[in-house]
Amino acid sequence: MTRLVYFAWVRERIGRSEEDAVLPAEVVTVADLLAWLKGRGDGYAAALQHPNAIRVAINQEHVSHREPIAGAREIALFPPMTGG
Amino acid sequence: MSSRLTPTVRIQAEDFDVAAEIALLGEGRADVGAVVTFTGLCRDEDGALGALHLEHYAGMAEAEIARIADEAGARWPITGLTVIHRVGRIEPGRNIVLVATASAHRDAAFQAASFMMDYLKSRAPFWKKEERRDGTTGGWVDAKESDEEATRRWSRRS
Repeated sequence: MTRLVYFAWVRERIGRSEEDAVLPAEVVTVADLLAWLKGRGDGYAAALQHPNAIRVAINQEHVSHREPIAGAREIALFPPMTGG
Repeated sequence: MSSRLTPTVRIQAEDFDVAAEIALLGEGRADVGAVVTFTGLCRDEDGALGALHLEHYAGMAEAEIARIADEAGARWPITGLTVIHRVGRIEPGRNIVLVATASAHRDAAFQAASFMMDYLKSRAPFWKKEERRDGTTGGWVDAKESDEEATRRWSRRS
């Protein structure tokens, strides 16, 4: 079980701020996760339409889309950051 | 160098007192010769902004700012560093973020403050959404390529 958390317009489009998911074995990298999630419904498809625009953190640290997700407790998906 | 630095990182809804934060950086020590502060305010460009709503990733935001602060402490001989980032609803003209750095000499304090802000903007998990003056919801603020570029200049330099 992996906790998925969403922020800003990713959260709004998916329609929830977090969920626990059982990821299929073929989901190995962050890029695989984004492709898999995209097929889960209209909200996911709208949020993840342009995967390159999505930033990802595993266990609260930034990672690239090539990062393996094995052992991740928490994976966060969000748009480019606009703080400061 | 970095082991001496204990950064103060706060994420809060309340406003902050810049003068009080400056005083804390010099409290109980005589080796501080320079304090640099940057205050970021909520800006209304077209007269239509009612407020910004700041969302953050609790836990990661604090951790990421602490990681950036450690890097600043490793690069420059700073004696103190404070970052306060507000969240929630913030009206135009109000404070959003404070970065304050203290050092024996001004150059380290200026550089470290600039580095902190550049990294904070593109790496710390905060997002701004607009509320229009007529009460309707505006869009999410887009990230700027110029902010990414500002961050990259620090890696070229090292």
